[in-house]
Amino acid sequence: MRLRLVPKDTKWDFFSRPLLWLGISGLLMVLALVSFSIQGLNFGIDFRGGTTIRTESAQEVVVSDYRKALIPLELGDVTITEVFDVNFEDNQYVTMIRIQAQEGQQSVTADVVRNVETALKAVAPDISFVSVESVGPKVSGELIQTAVIAVLLAIAAVLVYIWLRFEWQFALGAVAALVHDVVLTIGVFSELQIRFDLAIIAALLTIVGYSLNDTVVVFDRVRENLRKFKKLDLKAVLNLSINETLSRTVMTSVTTLLALISLFVLGGDVIRGFVFAMIWGVIVGTYSSIFVASAVLLKLGVKRDWSKPSNTGGNQFANIDA
Amino acid sequence: MLQIDLWKRVLIWAVCAFGLLMAMPNAFYERVEASNDAVAEIELGYTGNGLEEQAAMWPSWAPSSLVNLGLDLRGGAHLLAEVQVADVYEARITSMWPEIRDMLREERATIGTIRLQPSERDELRVKISKPEQIDRAASLVRGLARPVVSLTGAGQSDINVSVEGATIVVNLSEAEKLATDERTVQQALEIIRRRIDEVGTREPTIQRQGADRILIQVPGIGSAAELKDIIGTTAQLTFHPVIGRGTNKDANPGAGNEILPSLDEEGLYYTVESAPVVTGEELVDAQPAFDQNNTPAVSFRFNPTGARKFGNYTAENIGSPFAIVLDGEVVSAPVIQAHIPGGSGIITGRFSVEESTNLAVLLRAGALPAGLTFLEERTIGPELGQDSIDAGKIACIVAFMGVLVFMFLSYGTFGLFANIALILNVGLIFGLLSTIGATLTLPGIAGIVLTIGMAVDANVLVFERIREELKTAKGPARAIELGYEKALSAILDANITTFITAVILFAVGSGPVRGFAITLGLGILTSVFTAIYVTRLIIVIWYERRRPKTIEV
Repeated sequence: MRLRLVPKDTKWDFFSRPLLWLGISGLLMVLALVSFSIQGLNFGIDFRGGTTIRTESAQEVVVSDYRKALIPLELGDVTITEVFDVNFEDNQYVTMIRIQAQEGQQSVTADVVRNVETALKAVAPDISFVSVESVGPKVSGELIQTAVIAVLLAIAAVLVYIWLRFEWQFALGAVAALVHDVVLTIGVFSELQIRFDLAIIAALLTIVGYSLNDTVVVFDRVRENLRKFKKLDLKAVLNLSINETLSRTVMTSVTTLLALISLFVLGGDVIRGFVFAMIWGVIVGTYSSIFVASAVLLKLGVKRDWSKPSNTGGNQFANIDA
Repeated sequence: MLQIDLWKRVLIWAVCAFGLLMAMPNAFYERVEASNDAVAEIELGYTGNGLEEQAAMWPSWAPSSLVNLGLDLRGGAHLLAEVQVADVYEARITSMWPEIRDMLREERATIGTIRLQPSERDELRVKISKPEQIDRAASLVRGLARPVVSLTGAGQSDINVSVEGATIVVNLSEAEKLATDERTVQQALEIIRRRIDEVGTREPTIQRQGADRILIQVPGIGSAAELKDIIGTTAQLTFHPVIGRGTNKDANPGAGNEILPSLDEEGLYYTVESAPVVTGEELVDAQPAFDQNNTPAVSFRFNPTGARKFGNYTAENIGSPFAIVLDGEVVSAPVIQAHIPGGSGIITGRFSVEESTNLAVLLRAGALPAGLTFLEERTIGPELGQDSIDAGKIACIVAFMGVLVFMFLSYGTFGLFANIALILNVGLIFGLLSTIGATLTLPGIAGIVLTIGMAVDANVLVFERIREELKTAKGPARAIELGYEKALSAILDANITTFITAVILFAVGSGPVRGFAITLGLGILTSVFTAIYVTRLIIVIWYERRRPKTIEV
């Protein structure tokens, strides 16, 4: 007996209300943008400069005591958060302290770190700094720039690739899905105020890659079915293709989520935000390849005149064998 | 039908075996690392202290390259420094003054007296008392120009000389500035490398980044502050004639002179000539020492040119003080008692033994040509790195088990085949990482876990396709063949697009992000390889043995 997540031979109609799904996605994107413009992202020091210190102590942390100890140092905006993780030992208490970029300094000096340490030692004598990271405003500005360039470049490269391999309507559909995924991810990060740092950009690009992976598999089947069923209308072809690939879509999402969730729970707090972004990305990426990419394709329509011979399934790779 | 040539089978297994062989040392990480270290020491000529036994802990014929662990896993310090290239312009232009002065003085009869005017930091303004002869003076100064030594600036001269009324303005040409920048950064890189080597730590990374930045990563060092103490000090040693001393730091020093604070005595300032007599560049040696009062000091020796300059100057200026200046502060200003011909001397000040040792190291390694500003600094404690490795390991194993069980439940025997491929896949990733000497970072571990999840995708595509084909095709062999054939375009398109994003991530990203891009990219390569070659081969072998009439996928 096999485990089947999707029943055999589904014939679900995914496009009974294409406008509804596009509408929901559009609305979510608007909400994400509103949240982004009102709250903004909780940028980590990679993007706005400043210092983060990770402290460790065997004594229970009282955040307000820590804060009081730091007030006399006049460091400006200081945030202190306690960190919890399943991997910690019973008497391991960890906090993250973030200090804003100090005026007129490229990065925090050793003196500041030493002062912070002395001040905190008064509260928790055994406190130790397990990591100290400091980024100057000059670099953080550049990091934002390269991050934005990276995401745009990835989307553009993909647009071109799909355009070459498929048709421009497919490329637009895929890119619409990508933009949707990226915007929704940024929206979640701004709404939940999860720290947004350099690693999250890597996660964003992975989401782009994953979502694309999914979309391309569906599109590949659409292309094949368009050739196979020349008389069927586009909507029926799309429905057929999505149903045919549904089992695979769900399988892959589930195995990827299995791996990611174990990393989320057990992989430690340092990369939790990063893994969260990817989990979220896998979910919206799977959704968007069906409800955004295909729906956009349906709205745009495709040229049905396939002049190329299709005896090998119509692709130049099909003759490779092992 | 389902056939794979023998040579292809051999090749596929050979690739897998090679990958696993290269990955193997990572399973014995600490032992191999200790052995590698010992071998490196022995090659440097050290023996004894159990080095041989340590080296023998890992057989020399076995592959011994390991995956490098990034700073976030190993702990250590990371610094991004910007070289203040503009500092050098000033030093270059200031050092031209004595030359210009001496040359124009010889022409005093025609151009009159000369006087240095106050100016911007990177230019010289020289006023002459006979304005009608300004062109003659300017052309004399132009005669001092030298061609720029660089590929791009060839054919241009190093200084621009212009005339404003009775004043000659000299500054560096753009081509010379570019060439100077290049030299400065290269030199700074070299000096930083030497200083870190003097301290002796394992596998530091010292890289140039962009036009004027240097990335320094030193694993195992306690903190970035410690690292900054070693490389952050310019250690620019110069010897200047002293004009006077006082307590007012804002007094007018006069053109060509500057006011420098005393290192030890607060509130005391020296007025010295800006152009040094000798500089630390001409040092050949510096050692910690003690002076006649038994307080720590640093002894130094000049090279022959430096020794001659120093000797001549001391011979001509007996009785007057000169200043020993370190990074813009006067360490001491002794009075020249006698001609010092040997080119060696001693720097005294209020040093501790540690400070004098440090200073000697810095002077020996050479001065940084320009100051450094630190734009980014990160310290990661070794415990945090170890915690991350442990957590990553557990997460990997759990993810692995989850996916293995899930695949078996979904696809039965075929799921087992995919699982064998998945295990091979992770082995191959490590093999590749070790072979190319890539660095594994925490996001890199995440990349591997993600690959574990996504690697089955190609197999899933094929299996799902075989299921579909089983409904229509004639017999299992045909279904398997068609399954592979038809799934191929989807597999390739899907993976190429993901690969594109990995490449972009690698090109644009830095540090940990790059580590993620590497494992993601390699994971795509190995998973496509295992899916379209390895599982297929396994299935073919299985099919040949069993010859099943029907198959269930």
